[in-house]
Amino acid sequence: MTFRANHLLGIEPLRPDEITALIDLADRYANDNRAGHAHKDVLTGMTQINMFFENSTRTQASFELAGKRLGADVMNMGMAQSSVKKGETLIDTALTLNAMHPDLLVVRHPNSGAVDLLAQKVNCAVLNAGDGRHEHPTQALLDGLTIRRAKGRLHRLSIAICGDILHSRVARSNIMLLGKMENRVRLIAPPTLMPAGAADLGVEVFEDMEKGLKDVDVVMMLRLQKERMDGGFVPSMREYYHRYGLDAAKLAHAKPDAIVMHPGPMNRGIEIDGSIADDINRSVIQTQVEMGVAVRMAAMDLLAQNLRARRKENQSVMA
Amino acid sequence: MTETLFTNARLIDPVALSDDTGWLLVRNGVIASSGSGTPPKADEVMDCHGKCLAPGIVDIGVKVSEPGERHKESFRSAGRAAALGGVTTIVTRPDTDPPIDTPEVLEFVARRAAEYSAVRVLPMAALTKGRNGQEMTEIGFLMDAGAIAFTDCDRVVRDTKVYARALTYARSLKALVIGHVQEPILSAGAVATKGKFASLRGLPDVSPMAERMGLDRDISMLEMTGARYHADQITTARALPALERAKRNGLDITAGISIHHLTLNEFDVADYRTFFKMTPPLRSEDDRLAVVEAVESGLIDIICSMHTPQDEESKRLPFEEAASGAVGLETLLPAALRLYHEGQISLPKLFRALSLNPSKRLGLKSGRLLEDAPADLVLFDPDAPFVLDRISLQSKSKNTPFDGARLQGKVLGTWIAGKPVYRS
Repeated sequence: MTFRANHLLGIEPLRPDEITALIDLADRYANDNRAGHAHKDVLTGMTQINMFFENSTRTQASFELAGKRLGADVMNMGMAQSSVKKGETLIDTALTLNAMHPDLLVVRHPNSGAVDLLAQKVNCAVLNAGDGRHEHPTQALLDGLTIRRAKGRLHRLSIAICGDILHSRVARSNIMLLGKMENRVRLIAPPTLMPAGAADLGVEVFEDMEKGLKDVDVVMMLRLQKERMDGGFVPSMREYYHRYGLDAAKLAHAKPDAIVMHPGPMNRGIEIDGSIADDINRSVIQTQVEMGVAVRMAAMDLLAQNLRARRKENQSVMA
Repeated sequence: MTETLFTNARLIDPVALSDDTGWLLVRNGVIASSGSGTPPKADEVMDCHGKCLAPGIVDIGVKVSEPGERHKESFRSAGRAAALGGVTTIVTRPDTDPPIDTPEVLEFVARRAAEYSAVRVLPMAALTKGRNGQEMTEIGFLMDAGAIAFTDCDRVVRDTKVYARALTYARSLKALVIGHVQEPILSAGAVATKGKFASLRGLPDVSPMAERMGLDRDISMLEMTGARYHADQITTARALPALERAKRNGLDITAGISIHHLTLNEFDVADYRTFFKMTPPLRSEDDRLAVVEAVESGLIDIICSMHTPQDEESKRLPFEEAASGAVGLETLLPAALRLYHEGQISLPKLFRALSLNPSKRLGLKSGRLLEDAPADLVLFDPDAPFVLDRISLQSKSKNTPFDGARLQGKVLGTWIAGKPVYRS
């Protein structure tokens, strides 16, 4: 078994063969999902708790659906408006939940590193559904699977990640994953939205969208949050769209068969032109959503296998 | 008349910058004489077995959490920790709850310290009321009550009018003002230093330039007001030329640094280890090496522990939300000895920064092995290796970044005015 980890906290600790194992399994689940095959037995008798300390509709729904397709009992806890507001610390929340003996814990938190901290305190498998600006591993895995299905491979591709890289956990996880799989990664952003030391992360850094997009195979757009426009990090929405929004003219610099990706939710007319997002020849945005469920099924399947193996080992030690 | 003779000691003299074997005679709590030949006769003889005898450490900027948070650190626990660490004088910070900003609170602190602390305590007071940066405190009354210096600790007085008046008033009383030189708006919300590490971990960061900006501002304020001034922590290479220039121009300025910024860098934070969260945040290795060199050359005058006790609850949080600071009284000397063992700073120069310079800056007679200086002494074995177990610390709070670290250097004894306050 290639993937031996107890948790999926980020892409950074994963080896390339572990990434491939996750994506291979997700690929099979994607086919099965399309064919309507059920896998109700994989997580039967297991409890999955989704703890979202930050509001999310899409990711939470994707994890919920993935768990249900595999037969888990899924519970959603909207932590954004619960006991945390009453002053309970993250650790206490974790210990409380741990006492209920869940098997899989899916966590999103607004602080970088919070999911790592929580994972140290529980004895179930923890999946990071996004922590602050740090990592969002299932998003990078689903992006990897989407690229592989569209391009036939996930290595030696030229991939541009564009937009608000500074605040993006999606960008960080993708830089890690695409780098580990031996691709050429380019980052394109206005300097105010580029993290410091980006050039030391094994990527090429561009401030000019057209130069950055030259001959790339994949264009990965990021969401720009409303509160970061209007003079905060960029002068205005319209200036951002003019210089960094993906439209047909800018996309023409990429390879003719380049695909366009976006983690959603999209701001049409701000970071991406609506007609490109909808172009079925270029945009794989809907496929990303589809692969999201498959990747989360694969991740939970593998983590559950490891969890069962660990528990069995512990039992035999006790006996 | 009581006499104690320390014989067979490696005398670490930060004034002569010498490190020679010899003897030292203490009479009535002060150093009577020292030398390298045949020692004189004395009532009591302490054979040092060739270990190092140095002036006790004077630690500027220690937080004892009284009043307000005695569960984190009291004068009793801090005093014990200091004695064990070879610290003979602690200069306490006013960032307590309530802050030490009136003579009444200062007197409470002085009384508690006199009653419970094993080592000398010199309290500092806030520069502005409530450390809010709006109105200056009663600097004169506070000095009468024993305030040794004035500081708002890690809060910067943003209003330059308020700051200029406070500095001007302090100058008329020859009061020492200690500033925190991090430009506050640029630093707001930051928990890491801008660079690859902060980007990888996705932590809000601040450019090291914020320190230069803060220092530049304070230097301008000094030129304007002529105040006596000490910068609490200079931790970046970029700030050093400005400091050097200010000293060359004859301003009454000194600078300090915490032992953590001298011996650790940003990568030690690793996977969000909150015991490594400091204010200002830990810096790059390049910056660390630059400030080590500045301590060696004497540009940075003073090394302190920036002892900041925090309980488990305030550290067991996501990195951004966790409290900042680390305890350091007991680990200050062994951590500083890392620099000696790495060949970066000699022992006399270390004690120049640990004992002599802080004493001079505060107008104390301690910090040297000279005749008539108080016999505040530390005897230590610079080589003795050990692995630090944080639970063994005397501080009530155990938030040390050196837990599990391999350190060298053990304090064998600490004397204040010739009386032992700690013997191993």
